[in-house]
Parts: sequence; C-alpha cells; structure tokens
Amino acid sequence: MANRWNNTFTRADITPEPLWLNRRAVLAGMAGAGALGGAVAAQEALVPNTWEEITTYNNFYEFGTGKTDPSDNAGDMVTDPWEITIDGLVDNPGTFALSDLIADMTMEERLYRFRCVEAWSMVIPWNGFELADLLEKAGVQSGATHVAFETAVLPDVMPGVRRNVIDFPYVEGLRLDEAMHPLTIMATGIYDRPLANQSGAPIRLVVPWKYGFKSIKSIVRITLTDEQPATTWNKISDREYGFYSNVNPEVDHPRWSQASERMIGGGLFSSRQDTLMFNGYPEVASLYDGMDLTTNY
Amino acid sequence: MIDTINTVARKIPTWLVYLLYVLPIPYFFYSAQTGGMGVEPINALEREMGQITLQLIIIGLAITPLRKYLGLNLLKFRRAIGVLAFSYVVVHLGIWVLLDMNLRWGQMWADIWKRPYITIGMVAFLMMIPLAITSNNLSVRKLGGATWRKLHKLMYLIAPLGAVHFIMVQKVWEVEPMLYLVVILALLATRYKPSRKTAGARAGG
Repeated sequence: MANRWNNTFTRADITPEPLWLNRRAVLAGMAGAGALGGAVAAQEALVPNTWEEITTYNNFYEFGTGKTDPSDNAGDMVTDPWEITIDGLVDNPGTFALSDLIADMTMEERLYRFRCVEAWSMVIPWNGFELADLLEKAGVQSGATHVAFETAVLPDVMPGVRRNVIDFPYVEGLRLDEAMHPLTIMATGIYDRPLANQSGAPIRLVVPWKYGFKSIKSIVRITLTDEQPATTWNKISDREYGFYSNVNPEVDHPRWSQASERMIGGGLFSSRQDTLMFNGYPEVASLYDGMDLTTNY
Repeated sequence: MIDTINTVARKIPTWLVYLLYVLPIPYFFYSAQTGGMGVEPINALEREMGQITLQLIIIGLAITPLRKYLGLNLLKFRRAIGVLAFSYVVVHLGIWVLLDMNLRWGQMWADIWKRPYITIGMVAFLMMIPLAITSNNLSVRKLGGATWRKLHKLMYLIAPLGAVHFIMVQKVWEVEPMLYLVVILALLATRYKPSRKTAGARAGG
C-alpha cells in the first residue's frame, strides 16, 4: 500500500541539497533562479525549513516546556535499541525490536506542511512509511475502530517527566480510517537523516492535516481498540483540544485564533499566512463527511 | 550599608537609568534578526519586551516598600522606571500589531474582544496611558498632589492584570509567570493599611 500519495515536487526539485542547511541561501538561490522561476514560485509555500529550524523549535514536554528545552535536553535519550509493543485487537501482538518491525516497510520521502496548534508552521521533508502498512502487518481485527499511541517515559533522561509538567505517558490516538489514510505516516527521519531525539526519535507519527500535537513522538506502544482512546491535550483541557484536532481556520482555540499562522524561518519580518482547511490537504475531507467540525474539533 | 547605597543613588543621574533600559531595545531587535533569539524571533522578542515591562512595573512597585521598610531611597528613579515600563509595553504592543499580526486588524480586533488574555493585556495597556501622559511635573502641579497620587494608584490594578496576562498566554501552568504575580501581590500587600476602625480597636485592646 506504500506510495499511495506523492508530492507534486520532491525536495530535490526545489532545494539543491547542499543548501538545505541554510534557509537564507535557499531563498537567495531561489531569487536568482530565473529559469526555474515558474516551478519554484508555484512551490514557494513548500520550501522546507532548515534542519536547524526543525530541530531547535520543538514541543516535547518530556524534555521541558520551553521551545529549546527539547534540543537542549533530549541528547541523552538512547534510541537504539528501541522496542515497540503492538497490542489490542491485532492478530500478531507482541513487543518487537524497531529494526525488525520496520525492515520490510517501504521508505518514502514526504514533504509535508506541519501546523502547530500554537499558530506557527513549518515544512518538513519526512522519511517514513505509511502507518497502514504497519497496521496491515500487525493484522487489524475486525472489531478495531481506533488506534492508540504512547510515548516512552524515561525519567532518567527526561527532565520534564521528573518535574511532572503534565501527566505522562503522552498518549494520542486516531480513528482507524484516519490511521489507514495514505497521508498518515510513521516517520523515522528528516532530510534522509535519522530523526533528532527532539523530533521524536527513533519513530513518530505524522498526521499532516492535524495540529502537531497529534503527531506523537518516540512511540513505544501502538494499541488497536474498539473505543476512542484518551489523548493527552484533551485530558489537560477538553475545551481547548478535541480528539480530532484537525487544522481548521474556522474553529478557533478558545484562547487564540487559528485563522492564520506564521511560517518559522522568515526572521523578524516573516509574514503571517492564512491557515488552510485541513492544513491544505483537502483529500482528507471525506473522512469527516456529515460531521459537524465545530463540535468535533 | 543602606546609607552608602542612598549616597551612591543620589549621585546617579536618572538619565543613566533611561539609557540603561533604552539602549538594549535596538540590541534586542538586532539579536532577534540575526538569530540570537532562536528560529522564531517574533514571539521571542514580543515575550521579552512584555517580561521586561513586568519587571519594570515590579521595580516601580518596590520603591515605596524599600524606603518604608529598609530606608532605601530610590524615589528619584520612580518616574524613569514608570516611563520606561510604558515604553517597553509600547514596543511589546507594537511588535504584536506589526510583526506578529502583520496589521491584520480584523483578527486583532476579534482577539481583543474574544481572547481574555489579550483583553486583559489591552485593558492594562489602556490604563497605563493616562499615567504616562501625567508623568511630568506640570501634570503633578495641575492635578494637585492628592489627585495625581490617586490616579497613579491605577498601577495597583495594572500590575496584577499584567501578570495574569502573562500567566494566561502559557499553555500549561508555568512557574515563572506565577512568580511575577506572587511578587506583585506581595508588593501590593505591603501597602495594605488596616482601616482606621480596626487600627483603633487594636490600639484600644
């Protein structure tokens, strides 16, 4: 089932590889690329952020609540070896070495928009595989309706866990059809490098049409269930963070507007852009046919 | 020790205090634009300016109790501190309007009415305007000392509102903004005078 979704352009089309470490050079290069002008302009919104931007502005409360806490504190987490437990309504439950589990998955690059509930965004060139393929391998039983995910809890290397800044483990969940959607991936890398610890190494979920907190990091457990699983931010404030948490410019967070967002990387004078319904992935709209997205936020 | 500080303080011209706080502003902008404040400099700068505003408000509120309880006299700097607090909040608000919201007036207007933390911040800002306008000798003379002092007690409202604004902008309960509120409430508590009746009863007892 891999390769069910493709970028119109890949990173190679729009970013000369030596330049992706330095966004300013990329932008300067674009300005000078007259011949490529049309194609480049069309994809301007999807210029990937630099590795530095992607790895120094993170939310990963296990390592602290500040934006640079994860990059400052996540270095001691050991991500190899890593085990994932797959349980619940599956034919092949068990605890697996990550390397065995993903050995036969088809790795792809997916250049996705990433929209945080805090109204900032990035564009990230993920490497990963479709979650659907992993679920197929696990053998989803017919009664399963939802997938629950859980992040590692490693107090020795996670200062945020020691301080109990929120209730851990961090848990997230998807409806089974959302989990099976071709856009939903399990990422193991960015820019063809292994994920940085602060980005959720060694393996994380990426659901590009939902707010970033749904894309749970450093996963140790995947459970197939027949009920809607609890999710961390929903437990913290169900008025502010719903189970679905689809990017939706029409439904505001009670404390701030979701109508627009700021793309990270433009410096002091970067301009705000309008937030797109489903973060610009209209192909997922049919998953929510007949649902009131104002109440199912 | 206190006497020495008072003697030194008397010799420090107030313009030096202004300079000490005004000079960093262009530096903060330079640092933000050149990567010194991380990859999301707008939010970082906005918060930094807001936080310094609150710090200045705290310093301003500390001057009276410092004199009353420690004999430390920094009264001559109070106007400078107040004017600087207003200057920082103007920069803070300016960053929000120009750099953060990009003059999206519709969204800003909606936010002011709909988002309690922005409403509170805006109310606190508006209350600071009359204080800034009357921060000169002419206004003190025109209003009369008693009225002027009464007007400037608005700070007792502005300060906690500012701290609440800071607490509410966080996604979870963070320690640092709570500390700002605690310090402000403690400084306000030092001004609490038992009513005459209670004081009389106590004296009588």
